[in-house]
Amino acid sequence: MGSAMPIIRVVNLKKYFPVQQSFLERLLSRRIDYIRAVDGVSFEIEKGEVFSIAGESGCGKTTTGRLVARLIDPTEGRIYFGEREITSLKGEDLRRLRRHIQIIFQNPYASLNPRMKIGDNVGHPLEIHGLAYGEERRRLVMEMLERVGLQPASKFYNAYPHELSGGQRQRVAVARAMILKPDFIVADEPISMIDVSLRARILELMIQLKEELNLTYLFITHDLAVAKYISDRIAIMYLGKIVEMGSKEAIFSDPKHPYTEALLSAIPIPNPRVKRKRVELKGEVPSPINPPPGCIFHTRCPLAMDICQREEPELVEIEDGHLVSCHLIK
Amino acid sequence: MSQLLKIEGLSVHYYTEDGIVRAVDKVDFLMNRGETIGLVGESGSGKSTFGLAILRLVPPPGRIVGGKIIFDGTELTSLDEREMQKIRGRRISMVFQDPTTSLDPLMKVGDHLVETIMAHENVTREEAKERALKMLEQVGIRPERFGDYPHQFSGGMRQRVGIALALALNPDLVIADEPTSSLDVIVQFQILDLMKRLKELYDMGMILVTHDISIVPGIADRIALMYAGQLIELADVNSFFDEPLHPYGKALLESVPNIQFSDQKLKYILGNPPDLINPPRGCRFSPRCPYATERCRREEPPMINVGSDRLVKCFRY
Repeated sequence: MGSAMPIIRVVNLKKYFPVQQSFLERLLSRRIDYIRAVDGVSFEIEKGEVFSIAGESGCGKTTTGRLVARLIDPTEGRIYFGEREITSLKGEDLRRLRRHIQIIFQNPYASLNPRMKIGDNVGHPLEIHGLAYGEERRRLVMEMLERVGLQPASKFYNAYPHELSGGQRQRVAVARAMILKPDFIVADEPISMIDVSLRARILELMIQLKEELNLTYLFITHDLAVAKYISDRIAIMYLGKIVEMGSKEAIFSDPKHPYTEALLSAIPIPNPRVKRKRVELKGEVPSPINPPPGCIFHTRCPLAMDICQREEPELVEIEDGHLVSCHLIK
Repeated sequence: MSQLLKIEGLSVHYYTEDGIVRAVDKVDFLMNRGETIGLVGESGSGKSTFGLAILRLVPPPGRIVGGKIIFDGTELTSLDEREMQKIRGRRISMVFQDPTTSLDPLMKVGDHLVETIMAHENVTREEAKERALKMLEQVGIRPERFGDYPHQFSGGMRQRVGIALALALNPDLVIADEPTSSLDVIVQFQILDLMKRLKELYDMGMILVTHDISIVPGIADRIALMYAGQLIELADVNSFFDEPLHPYGKALLESVPNIQFSDQKLKYILGNPPDLINPPRGCRFSPRCPYATERCRREEPPMINVGSDRLVKCFRY
């Protein structure tokens, strides 16, 4: 991390979702339970960086991405885009922010309007933001379709989403996110629903466009091998909190948190000759409605001590840019 | 090692409104008792249909249209439905991707096992229950959860139940169709590890159907690679991962991120998987293959034996 101004800064971000209750339950109980999807997360993303949030389902990575993209409002905390606080932007201000912050969703079968031609799906944002209409819009869309490899662009321009494969649709979603020339993109599991042989193509495309268009990514993924491939820095989340964060080299060569170690040791390696040390975890991820006291990981940690049950460890910097939240690290 | 399963020229077609989908096209396949095969392919490669066809469970409008499935000396395609039911579950069983869909939400988890055992074997309810409890213990489920319902279990625990059900009658062959694809990485590892241990304990054969080539080395003895309805490479796991022979296998391996490497450059496969209603002429991979020649586009390559039980469907060998 340099002295440069971060493009995104998140401070103590929280999102609690109220648990659905029936009418009767509401009458009988005074307490509303909350799912603590994101529970006090802080990080910065430098301009030009690929910053990944990785973790298992339910760890809060997708909610964090949606909060940063301002698709949902946080319960607590602050979000800055450059120097400007964007935590509670509304209406016109929020709409204008979308020109700079875009999101690519996981499911390319649900994120495109099925009744709009590809050209309109991609070109719609230009109209919403009053940037280009008619012939000019068409020219920009064609150029972007070419860029994401949907060639000949004229053929794809007039096609409908259902005529395209999953990989092609995801390229349309990428084109739509990029057409506004945003500064920052949240990519939420952009390749996990695509055929295996087409995944690398989308990853490469995203890397190439990042260079060409001078972008910054927040990349959300459950797949640590993908995170290692695309990221500069990685944050590992567990039960709504970041337990470790650092350069991808630090995370993969020198993981400090027992959870990170367990996660890394479970990643399959496509090589039968590699023998690895396995870190076994007991039990299952606890409910985010009642997260354990003390360290959220202590119920499964093979190295848990007395203090872990009582006191929550802080996320501390152990070396340049490498942060860990664990009582074992002093 | 004795032969457990021999498949000759198996073809399965789906008769859809858009045309005939040749999901499995003249596949030959051999496996031995106690062996684990990783059957790898992308969506639409025919790998799941192949697995279902062995159990004669291809859903309509699909149908086995040709070939033989010889399981432990019995030809399955000519059996009537009653005889086939004696094979299913008891001799060949299946583990599904999402066990939720194969569990009755209104039935206690333990009763699933009891019913399965009693349906196939002449035992009393008490004996069946005793065996069910033992099965649950072996897949890592505590006996006090016998009376719980499926929705009270997490995805990983439900898959343990799915495995217990598949093994309850001590089958000779288990077909596991993407058993860990909806699970998180740590749970995936635990389930694969469990399957591997139980497979050895019960000395069964296993066909692990998966889109994820990375999980194959950890569990399988051999790999069978499918593309566009055809088997295109068959090799022992070490030889394949040292050097895949089929250009598709090579490209697939080079397109998968591998955490072993710090400076990996992913390569990608051009084009899209073919439409199986109108598959390309000649070799089905030829439109995407960097080595394709005129001959590949014209003529279908045979499965070529390149030594030590290694087969590849490509003219380059």
